[in-house]
Amino acid sequence: MEVSKKRRIRLIVSLTAALLLATALIYTSFSASTVARTPSQLLASSEPGKSYELSGRVVMGSLKDHGQSFEFVVQDRAGAAKIPVTYRGTVPDPFREGREVIVSGVVKDGVFVGEPGSLITKCPSKFSNKE
Amino acid sequence: MTFGRVCILAAFGLAIYALAAGVFAATSGRRDWAASARRAIYALTGMAIAAFATLEIAYLSSDFSFALVAQNSSTTTPLFYKLTAIWSSQAGSLLLWVTVLGIFSSGVLYATRNTHRQVAPWANAVLGGIAVFFVGLMVFAVDANPFVAATPVPVEGNGLNPLLRHPSMMFHPPMLYSGYVGFSIPFAFAVGALLTRRLDAGWIRSTRKFALLAWTFLTIGIMLGARWSYSELGWGGYWGWDPVENASLLPWLVGTAFIHSIMVQERRGMLKVWNVSLIAATFTLSILGTFLVRSGILDSIHAFGESTLGVPFLIFICLIVISSAWLIVSRLPDLRSRHTLDSLASREAMFLLNNLLFVAMACVVFWGTFFPLISEAITGTKASVGPPWFTRYLGPIAIALVAVSGIGPVIPWRRLSPSRAKALFWLPVTAAIAALAATALLAGVFESVGATLMFAAAAFSLTVAVREFYIGARARQSLEGGSLPAALGRLISRNRRRYGGYLVHVGIAILMIGVAASSAFNSTSERALKVGESVKAGDYTFKYLRATSDAANERLSFGALVEVRKDGKHVTTLHPTRNWYPVNSDRMGFVGRYFGGEATSEVGLKAGFTRDIWTAVQPDLRPLRPAISAGNKLPSIDNPEVQAVVITAIVDSYPRKAQTATFRVIVSPLVTWIWIGGIIVLLGALTALWPAPDALRARVSSLAAARLAGAGRDKKAAPQEA
Repeated sequence: MEVSKKRRIRLIVSLTAALLLATALIYTSFSASTVARTPSQLLASSEPGKSYELSGRVVMGSLKDHGQSFEFVVQDRAGAAKIPVTYRGTVPDPFREGREVIVSGVVKDGVFVGEPGSLITKCPSKFSNKE
Repeated sequence: MTFGRVCILAAFGLAIYALAAGVFAATSGRRDWAASARRAIYALTGMAIAAFATLEIAYLSSDFSFALVAQNSSTTTPLFYKLTAIWSSQAGSLLLWVTVLGIFSSGVLYATRNTHRQVAPWANAVLGGIAVFFVGLMVFAVDANPFVAATPVPVEGNGLNPLLRHPSMMFHPPMLYSGYVGFSIPFAFAVGALLTRRLDAGWIRSTRKFALLAWTFLTIGIMLGARWSYSELGWGGYWGWDPVENASLLPWLVGTAFIHSIMVQERRGMLKVWNVSLIAATFTLSILGTFLVRSGILDSIHAFGESTLGVPFLIFICLIVISSAWLIVSRLPDLRSRHTLDSLASREAMFLLNNLLFVAMACVVFWGTFFPLISEAITGTKASVGPPWFTRYLGPIAIALVAVSGIGPVIPWRRLSPSRAKALFWLPVTAAIAALAATALLAGVFESVGATLMFAAAAFSLTVAVREFYIGARARQSLEGGSLPAALGRLISRNRRRYGGYLVHVGIAILMIGVAASSAFNSTSERALKVGESVKAGDYTFKYLRATSDAANERLSFGALVEVRKDGKHVTTLHPTRNWYPVNSDRMGFVGRYFGGEATSEVGLKAGFTRDIWTAVQPDLRPLRPAISAGNKLPSIDNPEVQAVVITAIVDSYPRKAQTATFRVIVSPLVTWIWIGGIIVLLGALTALWPAPDALRARVSSLAAARLAGAGRDKKAAPQEA
């Protein structure tokens, strides 16, 4: 009797802990996450001042290197929608025209202003180079 | 049809045969069929090795009639990278997977050929089934076939991606794969044990070493990836919570829980349901890890790009999950423990706590990694969580785990008495409090609560481990005499599993000190500097002395000499550079193609035991542009010799023309201890894996005894003295 009661208490305590952790995970992940957008989704609707994570391909011939800042156009991975992007700061090694990038930032006057240090590129290593 | 393709097809047939013959042998109890199924696995391994060797030879001889070779190797690729380029492609890495699977499977089936007569044939069938899937991919999926012929045969290959030209990047994939694959061995035996309802610790004893070996490989793979990221990628971090990194961490976490909890089953016959569930989860997560890299379903920096393998992988994963779950549920009555938990202050309770913490960690990582898919399914928009979200949950759990790693090994089984608790823990608790106080004094009170608590937990765990080594060595010394270090050596070599485990705990505690210190107390600055200007990070000043340039080894290199000073005194001079590799296209012109290709950073790093000084540079090449476009228009620029002259001239002009460069500088404490901790973990794991001399001697003597059956007593004893 004693033992089974003890076991039941332990079970309840551990289930409660698991439930609390699960609730916290779900709650914080939905509230703290950044919304991922493709150029076409961003063009269709965007709230000013809200931070988005833009992902897409850097259009060939669109990259302007200003030394400390970059201007380029990001296009849907499969599609024609395009949005111009400005970005300050260092870029990862694989960053080039034609590469897929993910960058966080806000939309200002139709231009996506990247947050410094947020730009990452998909590693090109492991797919066949089309060029 | 090429020889390699024939090998793959033969391997496919053998895998199907191993599956079918294994099932028949298991259900009929025919030992000749069990032997036949086992030999099919050996033959499959031979075929996989032959296919692998064929491809290696093609790489070594730069045979571009193999599309794969043309894709990521070239005649100018250095020999080492020719040898290792094979697994930087989708198809080549699958072939590596199958080869490793074959070797592991053959090893375990050979080792158990005279034991586990009921379980082993089922395990054989499961391993055959796994091979059917992976070889099947190479047979049926076009982009997984390593032996596609190139038409027309190119004169020169693309070469290996420059980013991957780093030794640790070349060893990282095979280590990870060996880790992933290794967990299929205990999984296969667990399935066999469930099917035959032979659920004692037998399957665990036979596959424990394989689980540990897989864990060791996975650990090395993860550490190499972190090291590569730190020294090769220009962002200065070692872990970024990228989906693919997480994918390798998931089986590591659950696998770590597994290799702990099986000790409870071996010792006390408890946690049986838990153990079979953990190994099923570890194996599933290993497959998931292999799948994630290939699917392109999550935005990751290392995806293979979109491929057609996603659907078969998903089906395979569902199959594993559903059949494992059904098996475990249908065997629940057989999995009931003989014992129950006596007390929460006992070793089995600590093992359980350790397990719950590891599984909780895995759940957090899983949720965060797959959150983009989850949120898209629920809310319709893809959203992702960043590194702070992960560390908020995983930090506290990691602190608790490090503390538990100090309690678990010394607390007695069954029940801990209060007086024993005091004797065991007063010293470690004092050490933890001292660490708290020291951090508060040195870094300011509550500078970083997480890091401070981690230091305390690590001090606790390290004290426990060091005292265990000391007490054990002293006991041995008083028994056998000799010096203390010699006694310590004997102590470890006689109890490899136990003290190897302690060493792993020591390594993890040290590693976590490095992680906590470097993430809480680093100073990072990023700024564009002109020559002569400075930027500060922490107590250090970084001055851009002058620009440098160089053209060698197929690449152009532009960098900066940076003088680092602290309190006005010279510390070191660093030389970060960024290298450009030429593009194989003339879109940018004959000269321009040398400046517009793949770039890789070489960081300027001064590593030290107390702190690392890390610098990366992004040179501004705009001042070279007029010369480049003028060079493109030169009349005889298609002549390689003219190109060489022009490019050398442009490169040499960079130090004079350079105006600004953007620098990223980091001063980060104790980073070196992450690598030192990793090496200690590896040494500990190897210690635990090494065959114990006693067991070896026992095996040798029993073999000898069998051979010399009937012979004299003195002969039988002979091997023991050897």
